[in-house]
Amino acid sequence: MGSALIGDEIRVSIDCDAAIVTARQKGRALASQCGFPSTDLAVIATAISELARNIVRYAVHGEIILRLLDDNGKRGVEVVAVDEGPGIPDLALAMQDGYSTSGGLGLGLPGTRRLMDEFEIVSDFGKGTTVTVRRWKR
Amino acid sequence: MSNTQELATATEARLETTASRLRELVSHLRQQRAQLREEWARLITEAKLLTAMTKEEIFAEATSVYDNYVEALETGTYEALQAYARNLSERVIPRGVETHEVVGIVLLLRDVLARSLFAKYREDFNKLNRILDAYEPAANRIAATVAVGFVQERERIIREQQEAIRELSTPVLQVRERLLILPIIGVIDPQRARQLTEQLLRGIRTNRAKVVVLDITGVPYIDSPVANHLVQTVEAARLLGAIVIVTGLSPEIAQTLVNIGVDLGKMNTVGDLQGGIEEAERLLGYKVVPVSETAAQPA
Amino acid sequence: MQVPILKQGAYLIATVQSALTDEDLKQLRDALVGQVSKVRARGVIVDVTALDVIDSFATRTLRDVAHMIRLRGAETVIVGIQPEVAFSMVKLGLTLAGVSTSLDLEEGLAYLNRKG
Repeated sequence: MGSALIGDEIRVSIDCDAAIVTARQKGRALASQCGFPSTDLAVIATAISELARNIVRYAVHGEIILRLLDDNGKRGVEVVAVDEGPGIPDLALAMQDGYSTSGGLGLGLPGTRRLMDEFEIVSDFGKGTTVTVRRWKR
Repeated sequence: MSNTQELATATEARLETTASRLRELVSHLRQQRAQLREEWARLITEAKLLTAMTKEEIFAEATSVYDNYVEALETGTYEALQAYARNLSERVIPRGVETHEVVGIVLLLRDVLARSLFAKYREDFNKLNRILDAYEPAANRIAATVAVGFVQERERIIREQQEAIRELSTPVLQVRERLLILPIIGVIDPQRARQLTEQLLRGIRTNRAKVVVLDITGVPYIDSPVANHLVQTVEAARLLGAIVIVTGLSPEIAQTLVNIGVDLGKMNTVGDLQGGIEEAERLLGYKVVPVSETAAQPA
Repeated sequence: MQVPILKQGAYLIATVQSALTDEDLKQLRDALVGQVSKVRARGVIVDVTALDVIDSFATRTLRDVAHMIRLRGAETVIVGIQPEVAFSMVKLGLTLAGVSTSLDLEEGLAYLNRKG
């Protein structure tokens, strides 16, 4: 990656509805402190909300980790969503617009990818899922 | 043991002599200030550098650069010179002074001073060499400091201008209460597209607009990411309670929109700007009455 | 965080005051759908000016509110969506299709009045 971490990371344990709100508020505050414009703050907070809801919905318990990054003077925010839930059996299918197993709009993962600049997902069926997203300041 | 000691003493001695040579050099440059400065200013004019400036201005700047130069040699610190270089750049860049001119004058000064050293020490070749050993690294570092300062200042100014141009490139015009017009001219790159969205959405809120006419007559083509972005902007405007009418779509842009599979039910398009404004007024409940008709009405 | 619902004339006005959890959103939906026929309201306004995020769940709930209220014979209008929030919603792929939106409370009331 080559980007350095600035300051401490923030960890938010995700186990209920209220934690979704806490995670996105902390993410917004962190991005604001980094100087992101208000449009980006809403975008980042929305992405965190979607990732945190995925944890509550599918894995019941997990964690959202928030970090500020510096890549040769370029500042960014990294959000990592980790859970030890059932994992996603078919990643390609889960990344399709409109696919949902929980009766939602099925926009969570593909929508989050559209909101952010970088998107990585690792899922071990039966072991859990880690989604890492980043957004860089322009 | 005695060997190490000798070595340390020798290193110390060498450092001290470098310092004492620089001191000697500085006092020579101070003594010859008037003459060398004159010589340098003459060479600048001859080389046709700084042509945007008058002779007096060149002389005044030459004096300041000279003094800052000598001071940097004397103190070995470059902060004052750096600050001066930035300040100089700020003043001369708007007048059209180019990078090669600034680098050119500093290199000329380096040469003028070196030549005066040749003249002074021509009888003692060894001493000349030692003086040059002390002078050259410092002189090169000074040249680099000034050049980098100039380039950084130029980049800063260019960035500022780009920002200003970008803002000018998406004017938001209020033509009537509740009605905004955004005439877009030129190519829309992703960054401009993002800015257009922000200005359109903020414009809706601050002007309490209900209808926005987005005229893209002056846009030659758009690629599919930008086309998608435009469609998203229209949808976001609707979420704020405003209707966007797109006018002036070229056949190429119409093709792009069809190719990306735009839901035309969501896009309100009218052929030209005039038609777009008429449609906007109709939506706003204005009634267009021909002038002759109003005039013919009895008083 | 309960959302206060006021009755004004023939309309119900729900003003969101702060961030809502999924549970809060469901409560709001049930309260509005329950009250609309109890007070025989003709229109419902949901003011979301205070929301700095409207994600997929919130959008789906707002859409459900509008559809359920239409089935009960009244109109719904969502007012006060912030520009940044609107932009994030469409990026995510959410457009609140088929739901009326207005700039603010005043515009929302004017919209319902025109609808009669």
